[in-house]
Amino acid sequence: MSALARLVSGLASGNIEVIDLTQTLSPDFPAISLPPEMGQAWPFRIEEISRYDERGPAWYWNNFSCGEHSGTHFDAPIHWVSGKDLPRNAVDTIPAAHFVGPAFVLDCSKESKKDADFLLTADWIRSWEKKHGRIAPRSWVLMRTDWSKRADPAAFQNYDETGQHTPGPDVGAVRFLVEERDIAGFGTESIGTDAGQAYHLRPPYPCHSLMHGSGRYGLQCLANLDRLPPTGAVILAAPLKIQQGSGSPLRVLALVEKR
Amino acid sequence: MLRTRLPTLPPGGRSRIALGLTAAAAQGRFELQQCADCGKVQYPPREACENCLSIHMKWRQQSEEGELLSETTLHHSNDLFFRERLPWRLGLVRLECGPSVVAHLHGDVPRAPARVRIAARLDRAGQAVLVAFPPEETPNMADDRRLREFTCDPKFRKVLVTDAKTPLGQQLVKAFVEAKAEIVWAGHAEPWKKFPGFDELGRLPQVTLLPLDLTDSRSVREAAAQVGGKVDILVNSAEHHRGFGIANRSGVETARAEMDVNYFGLLRLAQEFGPAMRSRGADGTASAVAWVNLLSVYALASFPPHGTFSASKAAAHSLAQCLRAEMRPAGVRVVNVFPGPIDDEWNQLLLPPKVAPEALARAILGALKDGIEDVYPGDVAQEWLERWRDNPKALERELSA
Repeated sequence: MSALARLVSGLASGNIEVIDLTQTLSPDFPAISLPPEMGQAWPFRIEEISRYDERGPAWYWNNFSCGEHSGTHFDAPIHWVSGKDLPRNAVDTIPAAHFVGPAFVLDCSKESKKDADFLLTADWIRSWEKKHGRIAPRSWVLMRTDWSKRADPAAFQNYDETGQHTPGPDVGAVRFLVEERDIAGFGTESIGTDAGQAYHLRPPYPCHSLMHGSGRYGLQCLANLDRLPPTGAVILAAPLKIQQGSGSPLRVLALVEKR
Repeated sequence: MLRTRLPTLPPGGRSRIALGLTAAAAQGRFELQQCADCGKVQYPPREACENCLSIHMKWRQQSEEGELLSETTLHHSNDLFFRERLPWRLGLVRLECGPSVVAHLHGDVPRAPARVRIAARLDRAGQAVLVAFPPEETPNMADDRRLREFTCDPKFRKVLVTDAKTPLGQQLVKAFVEAKAEIVWAGHAEPWKKFPGFDELGRLPQVTLLPLDLTDSRSVREAAAQVGGKVDILVNSAEHHRGFGIANRSGVETARAEMDVNYFGLLRLAQEFGPAMRSRGADGTASAVAWVNLLSVYALASFPPHGTFSASKAAAHSLAQCLRAEMRPAGVRVVNVFPGPIDDEWNQLLLPPKVAPEALARAILGALKDGIEDVYPGDVAQEWLERWRDNPKALERELSA
């Protein structure tokens, strides 16, 4: 039996489960928001074209609009200035094979619950590896924080007068994952791959600056990470093929084998 | 009563000449025709001077003083509007400036003969009529049954402020509470963005917070589904303002965001809230009466340093004129507010005078109480309006310098 035949029969028998890691695209889902003097991404919006009415009697459809970085979305290296000159750095030129890969899920939910500004460190990852094994090259590392369970948009954004407070990796963790583990990309549940206060780090926004600067990818606003095992899941994360796109909303699926 | 009465209107036909009275009353001024040759003031308006037959008739502001000579009370009318509002008091007033006029009488005007103050007010059909008031303020004067047919007083009424988060929005909510509005719905978008003072505002007993994002059709529809059938006065205070012309901002995104709030936001609101308000134009003593648009004096002529904002406000002004035509059959007045620069963070680098949000809120409440349709609050707006009226082309040149 071929590997794909085994995959198909595993899916049919339910032994391989498909888990949706995607938030629903809706106008209510929090949009990324920059200081008002800067350029702004469009929030997700939807307008009805017709709904079995005088505008189109037998059909229902909508126009939608949003920025490339809306809802659950993919970040390509070209998104950040550090990755602007890399080869195959946009969503249309990244090799398709890179959109499928193993996932290592770091459960930081307890730490994030205690401290919204929790920073994941290299030491934290090393001690995780002692329990679960070494992170394989070209894999996705997903930081589980349970942030996706915050249904209230204000709690999800978590702003106060000093800015946004959401968990993320520190500079050392990003360097470790890129330089010593050679990962494909880093994924989070909150609105950025970087922590809310990451502009105070040196360099600012390390996950954008260093990860994209070395050709790695990002996934943001993921959901259902609590349903993934620490190791063994396979992620399908293919962004829309937008010419020179810096990212795109996408449907992220995980294949998980029942034990 | 089994159902909400359908709105009826007082007679609305006017000749083009007679519309001069309406044009002045829409801005709160009492103007009559005056002959440029012999100086005679005349009423009703005509093509030529009744004294010297000159055709040089100019609309000029006149003294509001007058004397009530006689009065009558209508107990019968074949006009549907007045038939539903009988009895109705009318009087003959001799104006200090010359002519004698037939005027509606405020309930507190004493029996003839008596001194009165006359004003031109817009009626439910949007046309100017003359109303005689007692010479001095009387207690609860604004509550007069007949006067409320001419005004949009927020007292006893339910009000929606579409963006209540901004300094202006907060001042509006406070002003409506002070004016004894029954309910004030305070619209707010993007709940994760905190504005100082807004949370306290929501604790006032008359105030109910209402999620409302004018860039999101579904949000507007849901808000209208919740409260649209009850809103008597809608104040669209939402605006998006960035200070750019064409050359100092590349791309269209900022301009598009301005259009999305300032123009399409109004369109979305009008489509969702307009129909219910039109159906409630005669809903008892607290009927749907007014729709207020926050425009800008830049809607008249572009202020090039804020050029894309000016364009969005000009578009909104045009749409507001369409809305006015569509709301008029229901007697719902569309009030357009054209402030000069507001004293807020987006006008930081403009020199004073700038309109304080509190003063702007006061001007909006004043316009509702006095039944004014076009409001130009602040020194800058007044001065621009004068220059624009005098010579629009000259103003364009002056603003581009």
